[in-house]
Amino acid sequence: MGELYRRYGKPISYLMVLLTAFWLLALVVIPNIVLFEFSFKPYLPVDQLGGPRDVYSLDNYLTFVNSPIHVKIFFLTVLYSSVVTLLCLAMSYPLAYYLAKVIRPANAPTIFLLLLIPLWVSEILRSFAWFIILSFQGPLNALLLGTGIIEKPIRWISGFNGVIIGLIYSYLLFMLFPVYNAISSLDSNQIEASQDLGAPLWRTHWRVVIPHAKPGIASGCVMVFMLSAGSVIVPTTLAAPNSRWFTEIIQQWMFEGLDWNVGSAYAFLLLVLCIIFVSLVMRVLNVRLVDIAK
Amino acid sequence: MSEDVELSHVNMDFGKFRAVNNVDVTIKAGEFFSFLGPSGCGKTTILRLISGFMDPTGGAVRIGGKDMIGIGPNARPTALIFQNLALFPLMPIWENIAFGLEVRGVDKVTRRARAEELLKLVDLHDSADKKVSQLSGGQKQRVAIARALAVEPKVMLLDEPLSALDLKLRQHMRAELRAIQKRTGVTFIYITHDQGEALAMSDRVGVMSQGVLQQVGTPMEIYNTPANGFVASFVGENNIFSGTVKSVKAGEATFETPSGKFLTRLGPGIKVGDTAKIYIRPEHTFLQKAASAKANSVPVEVTEMAFEGNFVNLFVRDAKGTTHMVQAQNDPNAPPPGRGSKVHMTFAPENAVVLADAARQSSH
Repeated sequence: MGELYRRYGKPISYLMVLLTAFWLLALVVIPNIVLFEFSFKPYLPVDQLGGPRDVYSLDNYLTFVNSPIHVKIFFLTVLYSSVVTLLCLAMSYPLAYYLAKVIRPANAPTIFLLLLIPLWVSEILRSFAWFIILSFQGPLNALLLGTGIIEKPIRWISGFNGVIIGLIYSYLLFMLFPVYNAISSLDSNQIEASQDLGAPLWRTHWRVVIPHAKPGIASGCVMVFMLSAGSVIVPTTLAAPNSRWFTEIIQQWMFEGLDWNVGSAYAFLLLVLCIIFVSLVMRVLNVRLVDIAK
Repeated sequence: MSEDVELSHVNMDFGKFRAVNNVDVTIKAGEFFSFLGPSGCGKTTILRLISGFMDPTGGAVRIGGKDMIGIGPNARPTALIFQNLALFPLMPIWENIAFGLEVRGVDKVTRRARAEELLKLVDLHDSADKKVSQLSGGQKQRVAIARALAVEPKVMLLDEPLSALDLKLRQHMRAELRAIQKRTGVTFIYITHDQGEALAMSDRVGVMSQGVLQQVGTPMEIYNTPANGFVASFVGENNIFSGTVKSVKAGEATFETPSGKFLTRLGPGIKVGDTAKIYIRPEHTFLQKAASAKANSVPVEVTEMAFEGNFVNLFVRDAKGTTHMVQAQNDPNAPPPGRGSKVHMTFAPENAVVLADAARQSSH
């Protein structure tokens, strides 16, 4: 605050702080509190609001517990979001290392530009593009059939396959950038020192690079998991008819059922899930919140 | 315990730039050898060629007679101490030291014991469980040495490891490094731009400039009989006169300069008629009231004086306006001439040597 004040003077400092506070309070804290309150109240016709039936209860949460299908979808969402997170990490780490330590630093901006260009297209269009690419008579099958790699077309969009592919595509960079940042801050001499002491490649990564990159890995995992678990567009576009995502259930309650109360309860369950996941990742990787926030 | 390192006509090109040019030297087993040169002279490249982070574009690197081309740094019997030490900050001290043993599959108890042993060797008791950030510069230095010694290298490579330390510590660590080298008997190859460091620690020194090894010799040879002007100027101070070799008689040359004719020794490769420079060390020049009949002498005026304690540096200017330095012992009974005194700078023929400039090898 002192630094802000010194650099920008009084009026602008206050403005910045006020705008940030407004954003946090009006757009994050208050809506969440409202939803939180909603989640404990029953869905009532307008004339009964404030009446004898308008009392706090756990009924909305029990609705979830008593719907085995929703519980199943909830855990499938957790499972497949984790799968997406792990696959993103597996793909990003080598690429991040390559970008941070192998290529000439002068070439990095070009590669980053190439990586970022797809992000300029909206997520809906990108998901839809994948829908076309992966469709039964789509270009991917045509290519694989044409080159003779497969003999029969593959039904790519079945179960959660399409969703996993779409989510990885959408959120890979959210893993790549924090991991890249973390690795590029590692002194290259440490990698060489490890090699010089006789370490093969895998041990250098396991003992030197990965421990250093842990905060970046953690923050990438947290972001990809939360974005995946909270994604609506990708599952709506790319899921097979029999595979649903938990956000779609929330959307159903909110917009199709118009029952904001049960919807809120479901939304809060998702939030709690994400918080648990974040704490779990931090525990497993042994990092603190400040490391992730960097 | 130690091996010799043979650099055989080694070249290293980076694109059009030749960083190492036909370097040919054998570093003997158990020797403390320094590569001395200014930054950019190719000495760090040589270190990387020996440690295996690069392979030369020409010539061969052999350790213990074995060709090392194509063998990675993790498979060479060398250990490198980096300029910034490159300790692993996320591991405690003992794991840092035992890292090379961990790599070799040594069990944890043995590793720990060996790390403690090495910590004792470098005089760092009770630091096994400390973090790297808790140590001082000199302590980190010792941990880096212990970490390198742990893998029992045949050859230890040191890349200006003392440059980050303050003067007192640096002098202390010089003695320590030397002692560790003698105790372990490992071949030490030391890279430095600090001539004092190289002269004080090494058995032999290789002076480099622009990728070319200018001279290899004991510190005394390097200082007393430099092979060329670069070596003379890089190692120690000189008074220099440019001129031409007129004649040679009984090993003594007559050298003509704008400041007068001098009798001198001839350096390697110099012959009558060559245009070159003569080099005289400041401690071999003297100031006298009158011109000397036996020695070379130049009339000069004292312009400046720097008192260094045990000796005095006197700066004098000759008739051509060139400044020279005369180093005299501090003797309270014979105070040096004051500023403005008109005196003669004299030097003996055997202490003045005609040298060519730096050796250059043809670029490709």
